[in-house]
Amino acid sequence: MNILRYLGRRLLFTVFLLIGVSLMVYIISYMVPSDPVVANLSARNIDNEEMVQAYREKWGLDEPFYKQYLTYLNNLLHGDLGTSLRTERAVLDDLKLYFPATLELSIFGILFAVVFGMLFGVISAIKRNKAVDQILRGVSVVGVSVPVFWMALLLLYLLYLKWGIFPGPGRLSAYLTPPAHVTGLYTVDAILAGDWAVFWDALQHLCLPGICVGLFTMGLISRTTRSSLLEVLSLDYIRTARAKGVKEKAVIVKHALGNSLISVLTVIGLGFGNLLGGMVLAESVFGWPGIGQYAYKSAQNLDFPAIVGVSLLIALNYVVINMVVDILYCVLDPRVRYR
Amino acid sequence: MKKIKYSLRSSSFVRMLRTNPLFAIGVAICAAWLVVMVFADLIAPCDPLLQDMAVRLQPPSAQHWFGTDSLGRDIFSRVLVGSRISIGAGIQCILIAAVVGMLIGGLSGYVGGILDDIIMRIGELFTSFPSIILAMVIASAMGASLFNTLLTMCIVWWPNYARVMRAMVIQVKSNEYVEASRSLGASRLRIFFKEILPNSIGSIIVLATVDFGNAILLFASLSYMGLGSPPPAPEWGAMVSNGAEQFSYWWVATFPGLAILSVSLGANFIGDGVRDYLDPKLRKTIS
Repeated sequence: MNILRYLGRRLLFTVFLLIGVSLMVYIISYMVPSDPVVANLSARNIDNEEMVQAYREKWGLDEPFYKQYLTYLNNLLHGDLGTSLRTERAVLDDLKLYFPATLELSIFGILFAVVFGMLFGVISAIKRNKAVDQILRGVSVVGVSVPVFWMALLLLYLLYLKWGIFPGPGRLSAYLTPPAHVTGLYTVDAILAGDWAVFWDALQHLCLPGICVGLFTMGLISRTTRSSLLEVLSLDYIRTARAKGVKEKAVIVKHALGNSLISVLTVIGLGFGNLLGGMVLAESVFGWPGIGQYAYKSAQNLDFPAIVGVSLLIALNYVVINMVVDILYCVLDPRVRYR
Repeated sequence: MKKIKYSLRSSSFVRMLRTNPLFAIGVAICAAWLVVMVFADLIAPCDPLLQDMAVRLQPPSAQHWFGTDSLGRDIFSRVLVGSRISIGAGIQCILIAAVVGMLIGGLSGYVGGILDDIIMRIGELFTSFPSIILAMVIASAMGASLFNTLLTMCIVWWPNYARVMRAMVIQVKSNEYVEASRSLGASRLRIFFKEILPNSIGSIIVLATVDFGNAILLFASLSYMGLGSPPPAPEWGAMVSNGAEQFSYWWVATFPGLAILSVSLGANFIGDGVRDYLDPKLRKTIS
């Protein structure tokens, strides 16, 4: 019962957060000195008084702030996120179009980060202060220090242009047709369609951007895994387990790892925000047609309906991820109870 | 009294240098960059803005150590002089965000009540959002300039400091010496600045150290996206972006990128060292 009440409260918080985020972007859009008219109309049309007026009227740019915002909220309740000034399509349709690409990339990035981060962290903890530990710790510090965009360029230059190990930018090689749209995730859709050539190609395309996007989180996870595993290993019950003759491998996998997972989980939740930030950069280098690029282009064009849409989507993601993390806490640690 | 405290601190600094090689490397890297920042004009072999189309896109050589870019400018000189903007931005962002966050967080924790709730919710709003996207929106709305980018970074950065400061203030304000000061008739402002602030500033400094690498990275990312100083200025992120256009000339993007990596690496080494050093203490106070 407790968890239901917790979820209810969390949901309420989500609604407030979403209203807050949309209001925040709206306030920014209202305060900015620059004019979306200038950003979106061509130079010739700007001199044309009628065109400018028509444009302002069309997008309701002359209405007072609160009216614009209330109209927006009302539309939002009816599932209408407005129309993008730049693409002239419904923002919701745009998001539906671009989100699967980002989702696929972020799932891949998170998987990469969790698998390698935990692996490195565990090895580091076992081989504490040995050479392996120092090297792996070095790798994870580089992971959190390296600029994503530069890493992306470097990987593309070496692994694609020079050595040809991985395919170049984009989600799929040009000679292949994307699989029939079911989930929008190319790899999943390809499996559903039974098209293994497309699956393999899409998976290869995911590798480089996935690594770039996940590197920062990998570094965080690896550090946290190491320190929390070391902490757990120094506890009494581990000494007991060792004393009664449990093999070291079993001590770590069965006794220690589960308990150190809790702090790792927190980092995964936190890392997700960073993942989305890195997404903007990685997507622009890899020509990945996702939300990150959409957000960047919208921001450049001061396309506020689109920006609010993206912001809401991202905030929602963030909340959902943290909620999943919180629920997993409960599963991992029976002592945690939500009120 | 203060002197003893200071000497204790400096001796622990020396001990960290001796016992933690990564911390020592971090200090060395950052110190080297600080020297470069100060003397960039003297060290740089060429004018970082000087264009020479005759030598455009030259690979690294004895004359141009890091090669030249698409306008024939010496990349080595540009990287050196660029440290002033790129590292300077990180320092300024942290300083401003720390001061603003300290004041807001301090107020929030000291006053408490509804004000505290409102401020913390606003802070959460900013942090529940990838900072780079928010920064992009604000910076492109206000126009790309160094000042606007810095302002943006501070806007997305202060909540971290506010949260830590608030927690510290709440902890400190229940101490007896604060009570003593109050009963002696000190004003609230005086108590805040004389008693509470000095006793909570430590964790802010730690956070700033740990955070510095991230600030450098955020600034580089924004400048890569074209949201820093306008073009001719040497700025690492923008130089990498320039290199992305000249993709097959690897040196154009590589060296400024290495510069960013080295600074954030150095900063993270220092931050890790500081955290490791404080960790056992923190654990003790918790348990």
